[in-house]
Amino acid sequence: MQQIINFIIRNKTFLLFLLLFSVSVLFTVQSHSYHKSKFINSANFLTGGVYSTVNNISEYFSLKSQNEILAEENNRLKSILYNSRSKLDSVFIDSLMFGTEYKFTTAQVLKNSYNIIDNILLINRGTKDSVQQDFGVITDKGILGIVDQTSKNYATVLSILNSNSRISAQLKKTNHLGSLIWDGKTPEYTQLLDIPKIAPIETGDTIITSGRSSIFPKGIPIGTINDFKLDQSENSYIINIKLFNDMTNIEHVYVIENVNLPEIKSLLNNE
Amino acid sequence: MNNVLSVHSIRFITLVLLQVLIFNHINFLGYINPYPYILFIALFPIKNNRINIILLSFFLGLCIDLFLDTGGVNAAACVFTAYIRPIVLKFSFGTIYEHQTIKFESVDLGSKLIYFSLLTLAHHLILFSLQLFNISKIILVLQKTLFSGIFTILMCMLISIIFSRKHK
Repeated sequence: MQQIINFIIRNKTFLLFLLLFSVSVLFTVQSHSYHKSKFINSANFLTGGVYSTVNNISEYFSLKSQNEILAEENNRLKSILYNSRSKLDSVFIDSLMFGTEYKFTTAQVLKNSYNIIDNILLINRGTKDSVQQDFGVITDKGILGIVDQTSKNYATVLSILNSNSRISAQLKKTNHLGSLIWDGKTPEYTQLLDIPKIAPIETGDTIITSGRSSIFPKGIPIGTINDFKLDQSENSYIINIKLFNDMTNIEHVYVIENVNLPEIKSLLNNE
Repeated sequence: MNNVLSVHSIRFITLVLLQVLIFNHINFLGYINPYPYILFIALFPIKNNRINIILLSFFLGLCIDLFLDTGGVNAAACVFTAYIRPIVLKFSFGTIYEHQTIKFESVDLGSKLIYFSLLTLAHHLILFSLQLFNISKIILVLQKTLFSGIFTILMCMLISIIFSRKHK
């Protein structure tokens, strides 16, 4: 017993080092798996507060360009609204459910990163604004990510530029499904895997969300095909997609809540 | 003692804020960022207990990780850097270290450069290998270590020269 205590006292520096090192490696491993980084995330009072204070100042520098983006989007939405007025006359049988499948909330990005392999964003909406895990996040141009951890006022968003995120996507012209996975190289391009060899694809084709994951509605644009090749098994394509979003310049985003998600989840869990 | 404590607390907070608010948004050539917050570990008083510096480095890394959403990557790298610091000190300063009389303001530039370089490379190697977490991307780890390392060493030298108190 005496010897054990002596050993601990003699090597206390090394043991402390070993302990703290393994604790931090544990945190690291947790952060590399989906929805696990419970303790170490920036959705808390301290880091969120610091980021929102700084964002309060720095948002003024991009006001002009962000205004232009918003005006452009308004323009696009107006043109859709006024050109499709006649369709609004059609009758919905179940009028209670009409238009309530997806709820949208606006949010502002406080922290954006795109240069490491697991990129995470911070937005200024949290449980107070009824934002919860697994809500989708999009911008006016396309898809951005999925809400990961939430606190009262803030939420972290697992970007599509994250090796853990797998988003179900499909070709716009056919219904061939694949999953969107980032290879970690450049923030302009992401990869679409598992599109079968039989699918007719061409450079320049548009990729949209499939709606199968019930996080995003079907048809949110993602990007266009830049180039493609067959994978090792020669059964499916590895497609390089150029994103519509400029992931390095994001300010205003929309959080999507699928109202039916709990129902879908409980149904799938019953099986 | 009180003065030393306040100097190091202020240095801790300033370096963390500078790192997360400025240095992590440089993105030179797309991905190269300096990590000059390890100056805190490098310039920590030598006479102090080794337990203290390892614990403080852990909290320093954890603070950075909280802000950057990187799990425990920075904490691990900082703890490792703090642990190997005596060896690096011995290697780069030799006999002065053995007599425990180093003043970081008065050592010559060459040995200071070697000291910062060794600490930076050790820190970055752990940082990027844990961040990428993939043995098949070892080339990318080395590449990032090298490029970010050069940037960090440069920043560290600049900051330590600008803020050194020569008039004593």
